[in-house]
Amino acid sequence: MERNKVTIDGNEAAAYVAFNTNEVIAIYPITPSSNMGEWCDAWAAVNKKNIWGMIPSVSELQSEGGASGSVHGALQTGALTTTFTASQGLLLMIPNMFKIAGELTSTVFHVSARSIAAQALSIFGDHSDVMATRSTGFGLLSSNSVQEVMDFALIAQAATLEARIPFIHFFDGFRTSHEVMKIEELSLEDMKAMIDDELVIAHRKRALTPDYPVMRGTAQNPDVFFQGRETVNPFYNACPAIVQKHMDKFAKLTGRQYNLFDYVGSPDAEKIVIMMGSGSEAAEETVNYLISKGEKVGLLKVRLYRPFSIDPFIKALPKTIKLIAVLDRTKEPGAGGEPLYLDVVNAISEKYMAGELQFSFPKIVGGRYGLSSKEFTPAMVKAVFDNLSKDKPKAHFTVGIIEDVTNSSLDFDINFSVESSETFRGKFYGLGADGTVGANKNSIKIIGEGTDYFAQGYFVYDSKKSGSTTVSHLRFGPKEIKSTYLINKAKFIACHQQVFLEQWDMLKDASEGATFLLNTKVPKEQVWDSLPEKVQKDLINKKMKFWIIDAYKVGDETGMGVRINTIMQTCFFAISDIFPQEKAISMIKDSIKKTYGAKGDKIVQMNFNAVDQTIANLFEIKVPDKVTSKLQMQPAVSGNAPDFVKEVTAKIIAGEGDLLPVSKMPVDGTFPLTTTRWEKRNIALEVPVWDIETCIQCNKCVIVCPHATIRAKIFDEKELAGAPPTFKYTKYKSKDYGEGLYYSLQVAVEDCTGCSLCVDVCPAKNKKETKLKAINMAEQIPIREQERANWDFFFNIPDLDRKIVAVSKVKDSQFLEPLFEFSGACSGCGETPYVKLVSQLFGDRTIIANATGCSSIYGGNLPTTPWAANKDGRGPAWSNSLFEDNAEFGYGFRLAIDNHNLHAKELLKSFAAEIGNDFVDALLKADQKDEAEIYEQRERVDTLKKKLNDLLKARASGKSSDIKHLLSLADYLVKKSVWIMGGDGWAYDIGYGGLDHVLASGKNVNVLVLDTEVYSNTGGQCSKATPRGAVAKFAAAGKPGAKKDLGLMAMSYGNVYVAKVAMGANDQHTLRAFLEAEAYDGPSIIIAYSHCIAHGIDMGLAMHNQKAAVDSGYWPLFRFNPDLEKEGKNPFKLDSKGLKIKLKDYAYMETRYKMLTKSHPQHAEELIKEAQEDVIKKWKDYERIAAYDPAKEETSGQ
Amino acid sequence: MTENVNKRINEGNKMDITTTYLGLKLKSPIVCSAGPLSEKISNIREMEDAGASAVVLYSIFEEQIEQDQLEFYHHTSIHTESFAEATSYFPEPFDFKLGPEEYLDHIRKAKEAVNIPIIASLNGKSIGGWTDYAKKMEQAGADALELNIYLLPTDIHKSGSEVEKTYIEIVKAVKSSVKIPIAVKMHPFFSSTSWMANELSKAGADGLVLFNRFYQPDIDLETLDVVPNVILSTPMAMRLPLRWIAMLYGRINADLAATSGISSAEDVIKMMMVGAKVTEVLSSLLKYGIGHIADITSNLKNWMEEKEYESIEQMRGSMSYMNVDNPSKFERANYMKVLSSYK
Repeated sequence: MERNKVTIDGNEAAAYVAFNTNEVIAIYPITPSSNMGEWCDAWAAVNKKNIWGMIPSVSELQSEGGASGSVHGALQTGALTTTFTASQGLLLMIPNMFKIAGELTSTVFHVSARSIAAQALSIFGDHSDVMATRSTGFGLLSSNSVQEVMDFALIAQAATLEARIPFIHFFDGFRTSHEVMKIEELSLEDMKAMIDDELVIAHRKRALTPDYPVMRGTAQNPDVFFQGRETVNPFYNACPAIVQKHMDKFAKLTGRQYNLFDYVGSPDAEKIVIMMGSGSEAAEETVNYLISKGEKVGLLKVRLYRPFSIDPFIKALPKTIKLIAVLDRTKEPGAGGEPLYLDVVNAISEKYMAGELQFSFPKIVGGRYGLSSKEFTPAMVKAVFDNLSKDKPKAHFTVGIIEDVTNSSLDFDINFSVESSETFRGKFYGLGADGTVGANKNSIKIIGEGTDYFAQGYFVYDSKKSGSTTVSHLRFGPKEIKSTYLINKAKFIACHQQVFLEQWDMLKDASEGATFLLNTKVPKEQVWDSLPEKVQKDLINKKMKFWIIDAYKVGDETGMGVRINTIMQTCFFAISDIFPQEKAISMIKDSIKKTYGAKGDKIVQMNFNAVDQTIANLFEIKVPDKVTSKLQMQPAVSGNAPDFVKEVTAKIIAGEGDLLPVSKMPVDGTFPLTTTRWEKRNIALEVPVWDIETCIQCNKCVIVCPHATIRAKIFDEKELAGAPPTFKYTKYKSKDYGEGLYYSLQVAVEDCTGCSLCVDVCPAKNKKETKLKAINMAEQIPIREQERANWDFFFNIPDLDRKIVAVSKVKDSQFLEPLFEFSGACSGCGETPYVKLVSQLFGDRTIIANATGCSSIYGGNLPTTPWAANKDGRGPAWSNSLFEDNAEFGYGFRLAIDNHNLHAKELLKSFAAEIGNDFVDALLKADQKDEAEIYEQRERVDTLKKKLNDLLKARASGKSSDIKHLLSLADYLVKKSVWIMGGDGWAYDIGYGGLDHVLASGKNVNVLVLDTEVYSNTGGQCSKATPRGAVAKFAAAGKPGAKKDLGLMAMSYGNVYVAKVAMGANDQHTLRAFLEAEAYDGPSIIIAYSHCIAHGIDMGLAMHNQKAAVDSGYWPLFRFNPDLEKEGKNPFKLDSKGLKIKLKDYAYMETRYKMLTKSHPQHAEELIKEAQEDVIKKWKDYERIAAYDPAKEETSGQ
Repeated sequence: MTENVNKRINEGNKMDITTTYLGLKLKSPIVCSAGPLSEKISNIREMEDAGASAVVLYSIFEEQIEQDQLEFYHHTSIHTESFAEATSYFPEPFDFKLGPEEYLDHIRKAKEAVNIPIIASLNGKSIGGWTDYAKKMEQAGADALELNIYLLPTDIHKSGSEVEKTYIEIVKAVKSSVKIPIAVKMHPFFSSTSWMANELSKAGADGLVLFNRFYQPDIDLETLDVVPNVILSTPMAMRLPLRWIAMLYGRINADLAATSGISSAEDVIKMMMVGAKVTEVLSSLLKYGIGHIADITSNLKNWMEEKEYESIEQMRGSMSYMNVDNPSKFERANYMKVLSSYK
């Protein structure tokens, strides 16, 4: 049977089978598995049906724990049910997995395997998560490529129904889940042939039903539990053969034969590698190469890892083996070996002990590779074989890193390559925003679907959300592609941004005679001289061909703007000779029609036009034979950076993190603050420039800046000594801090992302030209040098003394130094202004618990992190525990800090006689209600430490324990502020139970909910904060229910400070709420409207959206302060005037709402109507609460 | 239809208030003008019930279609494929309707909902792909098209004749793509309104709607922003079309439709008398409700009965430039006399 060829990624392949062979799908987003749920939700939204002609029910839960619970429930009531997850998500499912397996329930969980957070979180792939589920009783089936993902998804589904053992079908996160491959698509007929309806009915018949009632989930005692647990043995014994049976059936159907253990290599191999996952592909490629060189080597791919079946395993081994290396993509610290290694040793030992081994006991070594998607290349595979050839092969080795602490790593030859010369290999360097990855995904589809070639695409992103860099790796050719690693011998290299040439040595990966395509604004006559010296050398020495295009010019002329995807794609096809040019162009145009047809004629025409204009602007440059350039690569950080930053951070920035040896890494995941300061990203084309004349010195631009790149200072004239000639300053208009002060507003142009929020909020207009404000955007490059000097000078001007700053006014508060700066958050981020405000107001005494999500990524993803220390070395101490436990994590901070404080006070009292009663009294009774008092307490603590040190010297050793204790605890006599931060996914959904508990605890913690109304970090999935009528992933047809009123729920406790704020509507209100929350001696929660790229808005104008949300009444500003109740007042204050505009006048400013009017117009109309009713009702409720007057109530009650 | 409205219509006598416009036979000269009311199908039903003889749907704007497409493309694509955890931020809708499809659906639904003719309104400013939308509107079932050419010439190097040429070419382009009749909504700012009206008629316009009211912006002194400021038509606004319909009646082939400031039966009668085939009403409906059509209709019939007019046809053009005793009153002299009356 002729089957469709499709070019898709692993996630889509798994979701395709899962959707078609299940009835209930419970989902929750987690990278890198989210897309599987997204596909299923999107298919269900357009009424796609499964093989039984039904639309599967797709539901999002509040956590993976919830998803697995629902899966368990749906399975117990007889539905074919599935879910998708990875990493911590899978760990949250473990309790239910034990139950599902214990009850012998058929299901398949599809897992894109990912690292588990340990010393750090990582979103990338390894088998740590899957290995953590070994004891649950789930079968574990591993697929190694996108084709296998589709195939094994079906085999697992077929097998689970017969075996009654549930399965995890897993594949490597990113490497397989996100790799785009041309594969053969299974047909619905294939699925129907593989899934036995009798078994489906049998599954349904096992359902709990009141018609034939039974009970499950009993509690058993010591007398019978053990026996009960052993009842499942026959099922596990039978399972491997069942899987093999379905593999054989599948082979008859498709011609692709799989086995429980697949051996490839010489039949008489002496050395073999045993492994599973995508690395097997690279290993197979290497084994074939080594065999072609005469070596006797082999590879055993483990398909069914659990139940581990010893006989087929032993049978699959060549009888000639002498040496085995077992590779595990996981780490079990402290174990005798990693899991697969132990299983292999055990299997061979058991057979040996039983006298059934038909070969001598081989030497077996285990090793670790590929953690967190670390590259695993043929060079490393060869190193593993070379290790086996040694007299004493290294055991428990690592490969792929330099492990110089216990010296476990194997050396490998970085230049070793086994790739076929017939395979085309191209690398493309782009900016996230320019559409390079999208274009390359498209190219792979065009080639995959337009030729008989095999095709593969893999895409690498950096960790920044704004100005991120992408590298696309494309392979295609007549031979099957098994290269599951990045390209390092490229025949084509494209640089979509010329500035990259100074940052990365990209031509080092070019093979001889390769083609280099550069997007440049430099005219063709001058382009050679504009290249760095190293680039010129490579072009000459490697005899490369060199082409240029000014894609920005074509982009401008055709309306594409910075989105140069189509233009660069056209260049690639035009000069790579894959197809004749005419054919290539017609294929690109067909693909444009397919991709953009639904987005409108205008978009199609615009792209067509860009294709046509591209050819006319594409030029080949003859490579001269002489190097003319003196231009050198830019250092990643300045020479003034601290040693750690220079030795570690800079290497990661430069893309050389793979080369960092283990000895350079912190042992416990502890990193220094203040590192973003050293990474000058220069990503903004335009930056704000201050107009002194127009400025009214309100500092609104400073408070709103998401990246802390625009700052204000006031200072004495003497500070101006040595100012650079272009440094701008003026007389400070207020006399609040004394006479004769100067004011300066300075932009860190190299750190600015160019979002222009500052310009938009500037209230001052130039009297002669009203289009100009007190800050205006201007090109960055012409002013970069001068502003770098101005920033350095400005930065060293002392900040205004915190003790005297009138923090309760917006203007004054912005003279406080931000201790959260230059984050990699999206340009114009709606969350970071709030985060930064916390750092300004309380940063020198704050400890932060940060839920996993956007804020933990822009807050804590290497290489550089934005949390910073002040000149005294104080600053926010920050950590991220998990997604779900953040409130509890921060609660733990509070408990410990309170404990330390109490302990210090107790000890202090015992020293009263020795160090002075009055002094101790002052320390114990300090209010610390404002900055001045905190400062005084710090002075006292310093004095205390001096006194204690003096005492220490005077006391005999052995009697100094209490002094040492007090010394270590003295700093806790100074007030500490605990902030618990996270997004709505955490606060409304996965972490709500914990958050609720912590709010109820009465403890003094401050919770900041950065409410973007979707799971922003994973790509905009619906949360319970998503408003009715908005489109989000997992709510493709519009969210049907209203947003949860978290504020009202928190208020119901009565003793929780609650505020709802929106900086864009009222910055003064925001500031007041933050100060009150921190001052309140109990739990506080602030729910902050955070606009987001997932709203589909112009981020530079987003403060208007915030204002409109408030004006419509949708986002009422309020504060609920329990302290007011103690004064006999109503604790609730409604601080905004709502219902000024209609909800839709706000909502339809945003794509997330508007989209529904285009896809489901009728439904959109109904939802917006209901949403408007919600707003009115809620508003009236709030008005009623605000109108409550306790004084009157008391009277009437008498 | 409420009983009261029914009653009011039925109470009228048997005056013949039918008219023809763009080759369509209409039961009265009261047509609902393009505006926000027709965005809802329920309103269109109410219009028919109240006695409207045809409905011009709200305008679909060339710029709006393109703007929508560009906006959606931008917001759904700009942040994609930038970050490993989130390669996109929106679900990909499989049945997105961007461009005129939404409007075409609306035409279809309006046609299903009522029996009176539905006139689609297309608003554009250039010759381009958008004229294809006319064809799509015809296919969706529109009985006629009202073409609202909104070209504000700001280029100081562009002459009046060049601008006029663009108008004529747009009309020709649209006319050649459809079989249904088209009306052109004119503005009153051509240097020669009469010549332009005749040229548009020659280019294929089956009707001319006099006149389009350009929205005039205002300035907010607080924010120093230019702000759009919509003011509903006042009765005074009808004087301009009244004069020009009077002047053009009988002199060009195209049917004439009056719009701007028409709010009473008297206004309708005046327009018929100067030569209009229909009057298009909107502001008064926004002000008094859709049921106001019934009032106008009933008053029209009463007036005709009282004044013993048998039909609209009888009065049509009776007060036009060519049929009044002193046509110069429609010309400049009119103005002179008004001034002298103050002396």
